[in-house]
Amino acid sequence: MEKAEDIQRQIRELFVSQNLAVLATHNEEQPYANLVAFVTTDDLKYLYFVTPRATRKFANLSADSRVALLINNSTNQNTDFHQAIAVTAVGKAEEITGDDRTRVLPLYLAKHPHLEEFAKSPTCALVRVTAASYYLVKNFQNVMEFHFTQ
Amino acid sequence: MNWILNISEITSGDRDRVGGKGYALAQLAGNGFTIPETLCLTVDAYDQFVLRTGLRERVLIELNRKNFKEMRWEEIWDCATRIRNMFLRTPMPEEIGTRLRQEIANRFKDKRVVVRSSAPEEDDAHASFAGLHESYLNIQGTDAILAHIRKVWASLWSDAALLYRQEIGLDAEKSAMAVVIQEIIVGDRSGVAFSKNPNHPSQAVIESVYGLNQGLVDGLVEPDRWILDRERKTVLTHTPAQRQQQMIPHGDGVVMSPLPPELSTVPPLNPDEVLGVFNVSLRAENFFKLPQDTEWTYKDNTLLLLQSRPITSSGGETPGDNRSWYLSLHRSFENLKALRKKIEHELIPKMIETARTMAETDPDTLSDQELAQEIRRRWEMNQNWVNVYWEDFIPFAHGVRLFGQVYNDVMQPKDAYEFVDLLTQTEMASLERNQILAELAEQIRHDPQLAAQLRQGDAGRIKPAFLAEVESFIQKFGDLSCSMTGGTQCVEDAMPLFNILLEMAAHPVPGERKRKSDSASDLKERFLSHFQGQERDWAGELLDLARSSYRLRDDDNIYLGRIEAQVLICVQVAKERINASSQSGETQSVSEELKTVLDDLEHRAEPMNPYQKQSGQSFEIKPRQLVGQPAGPGLCRGKARVIQQHSELAEFKAGEVLVCDAVDPNMTFVVPLASGVVERRGGMLIHGAIIAREYGLPCVTGIANATSFIRTGDEVTVDGFLGIVTVGAGDI
Repeated sequence: MEKAEDIQRQIRELFVSQNLAVLATHNEEQPYANLVAFVTTDDLKYLYFVTPRATRKFANLSADSRVALLINNSTNQNTDFHQAIAVTAVGKAEEITGDDRTRVLPLYLAKHPHLEEFAKSPTCALVRVTAASYYLVKNFQNVMEFHFTQ
Repeated sequence: MNWILNISEITSGDRDRVGGKGYALAQLAGNGFTIPETLCLTVDAYDQFVLRTGLRERVLIELNRKNFKEMRWEEIWDCATRIRNMFLRTPMPEEIGTRLRQEIANRFKDKRVVVRSSAPEEDDAHASFAGLHESYLNIQGTDAILAHIRKVWASLWSDAALLYRQEIGLDAEKSAMAVVIQEIIVGDRSGVAFSKNPNHPSQAVIESVYGLNQGLVDGLVEPDRWILDRERKTVLTHTPAQRQQQMIPHGDGVVMSPLPPELSTVPPLNPDEVLGVFNVSLRAENFFKLPQDTEWTYKDNTLLLLQSRPITSSGGETPGDNRSWYLSLHRSFENLKALRKKIEHELIPKMIETARTMAETDPDTLSDQELAQEIRRRWEMNQNWVNVYWEDFIPFAHGVRLFGQVYNDVMQPKDAYEFVDLLTQTEMASLERNQILAELAEQIRHDPQLAAQLRQGDAGRIKPAFLAEVESFIQKFGDLSCSMTGGTQCVEDAMPLFNILLEMAAHPVPGERKRKSDSASDLKERFLSHFQGQERDWAGELLDLARSSYRLRDDDNIYLGRIEAQVLICVQVAKERINASSQSGETQSVSEELKTVLDDLEHRAEPMNPYQKQSGQSFEIKPRQLVGQPAGPGLCRGKARVIQQHSELAEFKAGEVLVCDAVDPNMTFVVPLASGVVERRGGMLIHGAIIAREYGLPCVTGIANATSFIRTGDEVTVDGFLGIVTVGAGDI
């Protein structure tokens, strides 16, 4: 039987192995999804991504901070159905600036060094998603929920 | 790529394509050994079949539904049964079928053949799959051969093969199966030879029977046995058999047949022939440079090799090698008939007697030291019966599976468990009991005064005639609030029973939810109509055996439970004494022996929910969608009623979902009230699944930790088609 730590570990390993997440936002109840390059903290409490401020996603999350992110390791093969795992993160997004940005940006660039120029552009926002819950799907149909309580 | 190879076309590079058996045969044929006419279907044919039909991923999804290590053998069997049915029901894609058909027709025309498995991982010196995959004898006609090729492919995923492959660490995803098609040689004498006795390296062993070798290999015909000195090439001992039967081809298969009396006094091999077999096995050993386990047959005084494989390095069973147990999962009809006799006439009466004699000693009258001894004594007796349970009762459950396999082979039903409907013709006590309950509830429904009296629970005011009926019910079926096995949690009065009756009266089971009408007799006729003459008698006997096996599947648990209850009664007394003395502070007065014995027996608290929130932890984990085994088709949504103790059953409300660790036969009276059933114990043939199916309720079994994950009152959705239980309403 898997323990809570096992589930936490699986989520962490997936997040380390994957570069991209699908970000879901909405504009006046019209759902919108796009890809972002993300990084997570070790305790899984925060996910970060960067985006130019002129984008739809940034406008959407500025208007309503509630977002979801989907991270998965599927490979577009039949075997995905029994092998792939997927995690949906649900939480609140906000741009971080000042000292917070200075502190977090190296963490982000350590995973995505090729985005340095992009991320450091004055038009690009560093967005922090504070995770409330994770939903882990594996073995095709097994779903476990992971909720932060503090 | 060529999927079909003549034995002469196989080269050393083809070992992984034609499997161990096919490759060994090719080498023998190329080096002067006489073997029957043989064709090999490479693993590429299998790969093409599973790829083009989508079966590859369907099999892997099935195998990965749950962590394999968490599955009980019954769940693994269910899994294997579903996979086998997938193979049976998936036709050959036209292109593959046409190619195979042509080659097979050209080569074998009207000849009868043997269709054998030849897995690439099979028969090397480290692992032996002998007997784990299937072979079919005496098959005639291209269509029949093609159908049996699919069965051999399916046997790659038999429960025994799955268990063994997992044990020796082989990757299921890389498994594939080659097939050997051989002209059947109807030898008059057959047997096996071990060129080197694994236990005595200076010796060789030869075993021989009359008729086909399958009789010996399947353990149905006792062989004559010779031990030889390898160096001197002399017979050291000959152990004759009680020669009574032989296996012979019959119709489109094989049958056991009485041995003609004139043969029963003559060994199947004369001394020259024994040496002849030994010499051939030695030649095979010299050729392969490893001691060989060969199968051979004599036809018209010509010795033919049927197959040869290395004797596995372990020689025999090593500790921890469970292969023989996995193999015992497959029992022949004859073997099961003998087992039925033993269980019904010997073991069950003994179990009843054991529980009765145990109960004669009242633990309260024993000193601490005597009590400790009594616990150990009962524990050992219980262990002894647990061993019997594994050795005899569990294998007897295979009466059901043997029937299921035959049923699925001839009927190829969409639902791999349709055959269970035929077994439910067996009247079980629990169903009779539920019928009486329904009748009592019916009386209450039409008598508001009686309903009011029952609600007040004052026995003095309840109509005597009704009370007498309840009394007679309790006499016959016991107090429903008692656990069948423990008997220590009974509620004193009949109030729990009244509550259930009132609930049943208020919520009559709708017509369509009552026990399914007995379409079983139609089903039986349709099944039997596939057989003629002697075979029809055999099919009828098999059904009878399966029904006995099905009934005992429940009863054995009850009998074992009664013995275990006698252990638990003593343990309970011991715990009470320890508690009482610790409260009074007189710890010294309680024998340390009692504490030690309890520690030894590991009677510890239930394991806690691994996902439960621990103090100081900043997160909480809970299940949303739990995957088990689909055990009763249907879909329902309702509030969960989690049953940890029998007494909680009295609280059961109509429309709730019954969630429990393991439904025992004494719990099923609430099933007619339930909208669905969820059980921790997995399998299609466990009691909860059987009863749910009887009432047409959705049922999912094999949900690990069901009773700790799900709480009474949780909204749950039970998907009995897919085997999924969804917890909660879905809000974020």
